[in-house]
Amino acid sequence: MRAFTYERAASPVQAAAAAAANPDAKFIAGGTNLLDLMKLEIETPTHLIDVNGLGLDTIEATSEGGLRVGALVRNTDLAADERVRRNYGVLSRAILAGASGQLRNRATTAGNLLQRTRCPYFYDTAQPCNKRQPGSGCSAIGGFSRQLGIVGTSEACIATNPSDMAVGLRVLDATVETMKPDATTRRIAIAEFHRLPGDTPHIETVLERGEFITAVTLPSPVGGKHLYRKVRDRASYAFALVSVAAVIQQDGTGRVAIGGVAHKPWRVEAAEAELPRGAKAASERLLDGAKPSHENAFKVTLVERTLGSVLEEARS
Amino acid sequence: MKFDKPETTNPIDQLKIVGQAVNRVDGPLKVTGAATYAYEWHDPDARLAYGYPVGSTIAKGRIATMDLSQARAAPGVVTIVTAKEAGQLGKGSLNTATLLGGPVIEHYHQAIAVVVAETFEQARAAAALVHVTYEEAEGKFDLSAEKDGLGPTDSDVKVGEFETAFAEAAVRLDETYTTPDQSHAMMEPHASLAAWDGDKLTIWTSSQMIAWSVGDVAKTLKIPPANVRVISPYIGGGFGSKLFVRSDTILAALGSRAAGRPVKIALPRPFLMNNTTHRPATIQRIRIGAGRDGRITAIAHEGWSGNLPDGDPENAVDQTKLLYAGANRLTGNRLATLDLPEGNAMRAPGEAPGLMALEIAMDEMAEKLGLDPIEFRVINDTQVDPGNPNRPFSHRQLVECLRIGAERFGWSARNARPGTARDGRWLKGIGVAAGFRNNLTTKSGARVRLDGRGVVTVETDMTDIGTGSYTIIAQTAAEMMGLPIERISVRLGDSAFPVSAGSGGQWGANSATAGVYAACVKLREIVAQRLGFNSTDAVFADSEVRSGDRRALLAHAASNGEITVEDAIEFGDLKKTHQQSTFATHFVEVAVDAATAETRVRRMLSVCAAGRILNPKTARSQVIGAMTMGVGGALMEELAVDKRRGFFVNHDLAGYEVPVHADIPHQEVIFLDEIDPMSSPMKAKGVGELGLCGVGAAVANAVYNATGIRVRNYPITLDKLITQLPSAA
Ligand SMILES: Cc1cc2nc3c(=O)[nH]c(=O)nc-3n(C[C@H](O)[C@H](O)[C@H](O)COP(=O)(O)OP(=O)(O)OC[C@H]3O[C@@H](n4cnc5c(N)ncnc54)[C@H](O)[C@@H]3O)c2cc1C
Ligand code: SF4
Repeated sequence: MRAFTYERAASPVQAAAAAAANPDAKFIAGGTNLLDLMKLEIETPTHLIDVNGLGLDTIEATSEGGLRVGALVRNTDLAADERVRRNYGVLSRAILAGASGQLRNRATTAGNLLQRTRCPYFYDTAQPCNKRQPGSGCSAIGGFSRQLGIVGTSEACIATNPSDMAVGLRVLDATVETMKPDATTRRIAIAEFHRLPGDTPHIETVLERGEFITAVTLPSPVGGKHLYRKVRDRASYAFALVSVAAVIQQDGTGRVAIGGVAHKPWRVEAAEAELPRGAKAASERLLDGAKPSHENAFKVTLVERTLGSVLEEARS
Repeated sequence: MKFDKPETTNPIDQLKIVGQAVNRVDGPLKVTGAATYAYEWHDPDARLAYGYPVGSTIAKGRIATMDLSQARAAPGVVTIVTAKEAGQLGKGSLNTATLLGGPVIEHYHQAIAVVVAETFEQARAAAALVHVTYEEAEGKFDLSAEKDGLGPTDSDVKVGEFETAFAEAAVRLDETYTTPDQSHAMMEPHASLAAWDGDKLTIWTSSQMIAWSVGDVAKTLKIPPANVRVISPYIGGGFGSKLFVRSDTILAALGSRAAGRPVKIALPRPFLMNNTTHRPATIQRIRIGAGRDGRITAIAHEGWSGNLPDGDPENAVDQTKLLYAGANRLTGNRLATLDLPEGNAMRAPGEAPGLMALEIAMDEMAEKLGLDPIEFRVINDTQVDPGNPNRPFSHRQLVECLRIGAERFGWSARNARPGTARDGRWLKGIGVAAGFRNNLTTKSGARVRLDGRGVVTVETDMTDIGTGSYTIIAQTAAEMMGLPIERISVRLGDSAFPVSAGSGGQWGANSATAGVYAACVKLREIVAQRLGFNSTDAVFADSEVRSGDRRALLAHAASNGEITVEDAIEFGDLKKTHQQSTFATHFVEVAVDAATAETRVRRMLSVCAAGRILNPKTARSQVIGAMTMGVGGALMEELAVDKRRGFFVNHDLAGYEVPVHADIPHQEVIFLDEIDPMSSPMKAKGVGELGLCGVGAAVANAVYNATGIRVRNYPITLDKLITQLPSAA
């Protein structure tokens, strides 16, 4: 870990301005991802802006009938909120499928959205990795890639986004609200928020320098059955090999988003039209153009079978 | 005390305290944080400095350049030691790779420097500023690629005519199984604090074997063993990775010498996998031939593994010499030279991976013969060493383990046809495997002191790696001296104490308590003498010594001063005339998700026949921990080898998965009531490794029973099942 300076931000706009002023600054929320990465010098900020004192830790109803979730609402509180559990069960389930109780007590909504990949080569600073060190190459391609992405990958990076919460937000069409250093705000659809790796895997979201997340909003409830199925090698405390977030209506229509397969929560609206025809048809559309490695080709089958199982559960 | 005749009756047989489920005597210290682990030693008056290791980032080659200037100039840096500064070092007799590499690099993350600074954070930050360039050499990292070049060796063990008997057998199995490299992944990382006083070195560390540490520290640093003191009273898990001196100790000693101050080092978690040792991967070919009656006529087990030059093979074939009958046998190890980190002992080395393969093979063979897997094992039980029928087992109750386990687990409810038991979306299956581990014994000493308050203090360099050594040693001394356990004070893990068996190979409990027994026998004689009793008929009970009508307080024997005696147990030739082993059966029920192929264990039972159980509570903890480790080995544990760059990629606890609580819903352990008078005066054996041996295969056989899919390559992850599962709804 490199030495760094530290300040507590007094307001979102001040936080944004402070971050804009120093290209090596980072916000710190729960710190559950950032600090681990700093210890290994994968992240090397010279300045930390602590945003924990800003409030932004409440969940409020919006005039559109949805919810506005403050950026600093802890994962535990978000998953336990009665309105979330009642109307956005898929989100609650997704969050509870992730990490551990202690971590969720600390982890925040914004921090969770911005957690970085778990590609093992990203974690070893001695190994080439385009995401950690642009232009150095990708060790995972041709290497140990069992956990990594199968769709939307690039020649530069095949990493996945490890967040469970983000898959839940994607299927609910959430919106990320931000504030820029000049105090302007913007609303970013979750579909647009995370980027595919392309040639620049180190740029993971559309956030601009200094741009600060203030909240995530959920549109009004869509009804249906809310399911989240996380498939992993052990029963708990592991990242997903594949996960399926689904909201399925009584007539068999619905939406699905997939985790563990791409650089962002993977949702293909066109595939959802196939849902009433079953998992095979839907997953073929979902994974159209997939380029799995020898080690993670099983994920193609796993997506289809997991989706099938989720659809069956939705019907029962 | 020499132990060379089967034991008759002795005071341990009273079982007032030994054999009872006594709570851990060190429990309160541990749960209150008062037990001092290696990294927690802290002397506020010492000007303590912190070390941080630098590891090689290539697997094989040479250091071309090493630039320390930036690191030296970093805030707080006291000194930096590389091979150059360290001068000529020796190599520990139990180490394969050197602990401070350079200029030659033998494996990834081999330590090449230690940075010492005022604070841990400064040392860590400065370590990242050491700039190294390398001349990389081509290495070998792929066991399967080396396998074909490695055939039979002179050390193969042959009994009868295997090839002929196998060719003639009515029913034959010839299959190959693989087990991956595994990491010990214990909770407490390797850690040491080193302090020099002139030419004398004291090391507070986390070591399973104190005397081995003293010897190899001395050898590495080229100093007399008498100048080395090693202190390691509490150990947060080791599983074999702390049998040997590792880089934390040597770097702390070198850093401290250079800094002229005590230096403390803990290996960072990512170093665990590539800097220290691991259980090597194996490829195992097993051939079994049997008559239609189910009797094995021919059995061969060959194991391939790899290690650094001069390293040892993983002896996965050893149990196959002894576990089942059969007149014609062949076992042998083939060792490839690989440039991966050093392979070495991990809990039940040899037997753990060996039984993972052999006990699947037995399941497969039973099926070929149309026999129940339990009956097949019973038919092939042997009460003598099959390679030397004049040599009986001292005590062997494998059949009893099978029968009792079958009864208790509900084996008869198992659906013999695989893939036919269903519970909602889950496919259910039950599996069984035998467990086997030899009973090793080794010389073990202890010192006991009786003081005027009637307190007995036991001192031995035995270690407690979370196993319960403190408790069973206190129980032994209490039983022998007729004292309540509260009157016994046990001090362990210090090279100032008599050399013990140490903790490894499941030899610790039996050997170390036998050493304490020997010392207590001597103490009883002196006490009896002092109090005017005839030592042969004196009874030690209720803090008194009695004979006929006479009685005296034990404490009175020391009223004129403490009595101190020392003795050791030394084992004679009983092992030559009698094969001593421990036996178990493992029963496992799994459920496999019919859609995703995720395997989850539902319940487990182990039945163990392992001599006298000194403390059923601590023994049970050992066995359930081992069963948990077996589930890890069966379903998830694997060090992923990058065959291009030669290292284990998943080098942290997020990437290297071991079971969590949710993976282990229900475990039961049964110990058969057994004593083995051939093993020691304690009539006990070990259980700490036995509990692991065979578990993986029981899981694998249960998965087969659930799905009809035979996976022969561990771990049994869902990708190995999913394409063969029937299509989901
Ligand atoms: C052992 C372990 C297991 C885990 N398992 C899972 C799992 O199974 N599933 C899962 O989904 N997650 C898992 N996680 C990840 C966990 O969910 C994240 O660490 C957590 O959500 C991050 O939140 P935080 O508030 O601590 O973020 P921080 O670490 O504080 O920050 C993360 C990033 O977000 C930025 N940031 C924070 N707040 C803002 C803001 N308001 N605006 C702009 N940028 C901001 C920071 O600058 C930083 O770059 C695991 C983590 C660990 C350590
Ligand atoms: S997949 Fe991405 S994160 Fe992983 S090594 Fe390649 S570039 Fe780095």
